Amino acid sequence: MADITSQIPASARTGATAIGSGPRGPKPRRRLSPGNIMLYGTLFVVSVYYLLPLWVMVMTSLKGMPEIRMGNIFAPPVEVTFQPWVKAWSEACTGLNCDGLSRGFWNSVKILIPSVFFSIIIASINGYALVNWRFKGSDVFFTILIFGSFIPYQIMLYPIVILLREMGIYGTLWGLVLVHTIFGMPILTLLFRNYFSSLPEELFKAARVDGAGFWGIYFRIMLPMSLPIFVVAIILQVTGIWNDFLFGVVYTKPELYPMTVQLNNIVNSVQGVKEYNVNMAATLLTGLVPLIVYFASGKLFVRGIAAGAVKG
Amino acid sequence: MAGTPRRMRPLRNIYAKIAAIPMVLTALVVFVGGTLWTVTYSFTNSKLLPKLNFVGLDQYERLWSNSLWLTSIQNLMIFGILSAVLTITMGFLLAVLMDQKIRFEDTFRTIMLYPFALSFVVTGLVWQWLLNPDLGIQEFVRGLGFATFEFDPLSNPDTVLYGLLIAGLWQGTGFVMCIMLAGLRGIDEDIWKAVRVDGIPRWKTYIFVVIPMMRPVFITTLVLVASGIIRLYDLVVAQTSGGPGNASQVPAMYVYRYMFTAQNLGQGFAASTMMLLSVLIVLIPWAYLEFGGKKNG
Amino acid sequence: MKSMKLAAFLAASVALPSMASAVELEVTHWWTSGGEAAAVAELAKAFDASGDKWVDGAIAGGGDTARPIMISRITGGDPMGATQFNHGQQALELVEAGLMLDLTDVAEAEGWKDKVYPPSLLDSCTVDGRIYCAPVNIHSPEWLWLSNKVYEDIGIPVPQNWNEFVASAPQVEAAGKIPLALGGQPWQSNLAFGALTVAVAGLDVWKQVNIEKNMDVAAGPEMLAVFTAAADARKLAAKSTVQDWNQATNLVITDQAAGQIMGDWAQGEFQVAGEVAGKDYTCLPGLGLNKYLSTGGDAFYFPKLDDPEKEAAQKRLAALLVSPEVQVAFNLKKGSLPIRGDVNLDAANDCMKKGLEILAGGNIMPSGDQLWSPDVQTQLGDLQAEFWKSDMAAADAHAKYLEILKSGL
Repeated sequence: MADITSQIPASARTGATAIGSGPRGPKPRRRLSPGNIMLYGTLFVVSVYYLLPLWVMVMTSLKGMPEIRMGNIFAPPVEVTFQPWVKAWSEACTGLNCDGLSRGFWNSVKILIPSVFFSIIIASINGYALVNWRFKGSDVFFTILIFGSFIPYQIMLYPIVILLREMGIYGTLWGLVLVHTIFGMPILTLLFRNYFSSLPEELFKAARVDGAGFWGIYFRIMLPMSLPIFVVAIILQVTGIWNDFLFGVVYTKPELYPMTVQLNNIVNSVQGVKEYNVNMAATLLTGLVPLIVYFASGKLFVRGIAAGAVKG
Repeated sequence: MAGTPRRMRPLRNIYAKIAAIPMVLTALVVFVGGTLWTVTYSFTNSKLLPKLNFVGLDQYERLWSNSLWLTSIQNLMIFGILSAVLTITMGFLLAVLMDQKIRFEDTFRTIMLYPFALSFVVTGLVWQWLLNPDLGIQEFVRGLGFATFEFDPLSNPDTVLYGLLIAGLWQGTGFVMCIMLAGLRGIDEDIWKAVRVDGIPRWKTYIFVVIPMMRPVFITTLVLVASGIIRLYDLVVAQTSGGPGNASQVPAMYVYRYMFTAQNLGQGFAASTMMLLSVLIVLIPWAYLEFGGKKNG
Repeated sequence: MKSMKLAAFLAASVALPSMASAVELEVTHWWTSGGEAAAVAELAKAFDASGDKWVDGAIAGGGDTARPIMISRITGGDPMGATQFNHGQQALELVEAGLMLDLTDVAEAEGWKDKVYPPSLLDSCTVDGRIYCAPVNIHSPEWLWLSNKVYEDIGIPVPQNWNEFVASAPQVEAAGKIPLALGGQPWQSNLAFGALTVAVAGLDVWKQVNIEKNMDVAAGPEMLAVFTAAADARKLAAKSTVQDWNQATNLVITDQAAGQIMGDWAQGEFQVAGEVAGKDYTCLPGLGLNKYLSTGGDAFYFPKLDDPEKEAAQKRLAALLVSPEVQVAFNLKKGSLPIRGDVNLDAANDCMKKGLEILAGGNIMPSGDQLWSPDVQTQLGDLQAEFWKSDMAAADAHAKYLEILKSGL
């Protein structure tokens, strides 16, 4: 294990990629060798498998219903229409509410921003305290936290209903923010703990000698030095919280439903025939935010999941 | 160990202790407290509201004689084993391919990993659509002239799990590939020089040298994949809703169904306790292997 | 000073009309299909017209999806203004826990006792002599819906009962149509089974099993015959791969399937599609064999809110839901029967009139929701889901059925 865990924070510190210093396999041979054809051929076929659903989603969302019934799903639209997108965004109905996914989108944004903010702040302080200010029992709590990340959510579903009720925030935005903060804590704490423990200890000691306290060191030394890991954490949380379905469905009410829940609602409220083009447009719209984050962040995303995963 | 107290004083590190309150509360109240609460109430006959009316092991007896639960467990076993074996094998093979100093590595990785950024709900809906017999892949191939082509896994109880598997693999293999690739890159380059000198073929090197060296990575991946599988919920809800019939029911759905729909909390709690138990069965040997010998931290 | 006072006065007078009466009430329900949404719109319209504001909280995916959300919101301390449940035991524990508003004074003022028919509907709302819900409609699940066009195309008369329907199935299949449309959700199989029970085994057996809870009868050959009939029916539904009930109804509407066993709410879908009862489609209550209808249905419950203004609005809504005008407007759209006998339903179509006739003749029975707990209902649903979509033997299913009923005694 040590080979990877030690490597990830190190590369994070230097700003290099989590994948390390490039391929380590044997040297490639001639460019058009049979081996290379096999290699690239396989990768090409695999890429098709991965890309096909996206292609189908985009194409279907641009077709009208008659064309969907007639033509094949892989063909590009003969007649491009953006009507399904408009409908999915602002007209699709659940019951009497015909404002499409737009409401869910804004709800998700409202849930996302405080959840990401609080979960990351708290987890980074946890990681910092765990590495630099260890106190009696701190490792025990950390171990519980890590074990906690493996507990099936179902087992804590109901106790949290009670917890939120007692706090008087059940069904509110803040209730859901709290739930996301709690369930984001294990993986993020681990991420920050691993990162902070890779920073040179001398920095911390020098600051202590200068008389800096807990918060002083955190804000003036740790925070500025750990921007890359904050970006990784933000990526992890934005995609994770945006994609959440279970918590959104259990701990909120219809007017606060996040986009994933509304997507499921819209797709399942069939009025007459299923409008696959609208469903696909709605699906794409819901996936858009994590996809943009993913494509924009590139290697940082990879580092995030690799770093989070390796020990989590 | 920076900051490790030399003497035990309660006021030492007071700010660190205050700052750690959220973590301590989460660990104790939510994770430990919530788990104990659920386990305790699994021994009661709570219906719609939790009540401390103990009935011993009744809920568990009923659980294990309930054919829906048994079906759920069986489905999860089949799906889980296939999914774990296939994601890890495919993830490793893809990582090996990616590690051949190929061109466009970033492009290929981007393509393989993007489904991981999507939610299970999105994944489930897309594959439900692709596997739709009247409009999806089946109809497309039939349109090519193979009029008797059958590819309709989701409407047949015997094959629906494979339909879920296709979607699950699509979403998850890219992620496993990335971890494996990180593992491959973590292997000392001298190994490759050494085997090249000895003239050992590449495939042999992978099987006899690389895989044993990557054992911890494989174990970690397995634990990650397995704990994800036990929780499997969103994908099934979005793709099949557990159907046709009960053919793709999974334990997490059973828990939800009994807790809330059947208004039998006790039964739901008993089922979720069994889920917890199965996670522990996966987790404890791993934790032992991982942290057993050496000191934590 | 003067101008400030004037401004304040002006502001108050502008704000007054809307502030005085408009109380917002969030109403949750699972009515999201075309016909259902049209019916809910009638309720919302009436409530808004009375000066309050209906805030719609529709939850898609059917009652099994929606009820958990409603219940966890009520128990979680974030109750809505009003919520749909099926009458019966679904909300019983919530009432017993004191989470629901007592509507007895509304019921007395409006004279529900004399007007609600059949009285069993109000009984289902009553716990310890107090009334906790406002029934809005009667739904009976024992209907067979047939596409006239499918039979015209084949050139045989439209079946008049279940037996003729089964006999005609080979010809339907030969014509490349699905004989029986059936959605994949568990409750739909359970519903079809319930309808077959009354049709095949007869009302007496049904009553002995479900009301008197006589397990000897439940174990007897009559019930086994029902399972055998259901095993035949599932063969007819083998090619039906849809999930939602209204998609299955849509198969009948578009003449891809010959028939569907579904509750009277299916009518709303035919109506939205512009089909005419008797001409485009045929409905057979009691599957054409035993013309009895069970009288379950939907009711609205009002969770307790610590706000006298909202409580007054809840009571206004409760009274409104039962009022004759709303009953007519709502039920015509919904395809269900009104809960009072004193309303004018001349506008009703053929199918509704058949239902009204049966109702007036007193050929009614209580619904499963009124007789068995949600726990038993869920298990029965799971059993039927498995039975209808697998090749489980009728005798095996019968044995499991018996076990589940016994667990609910």
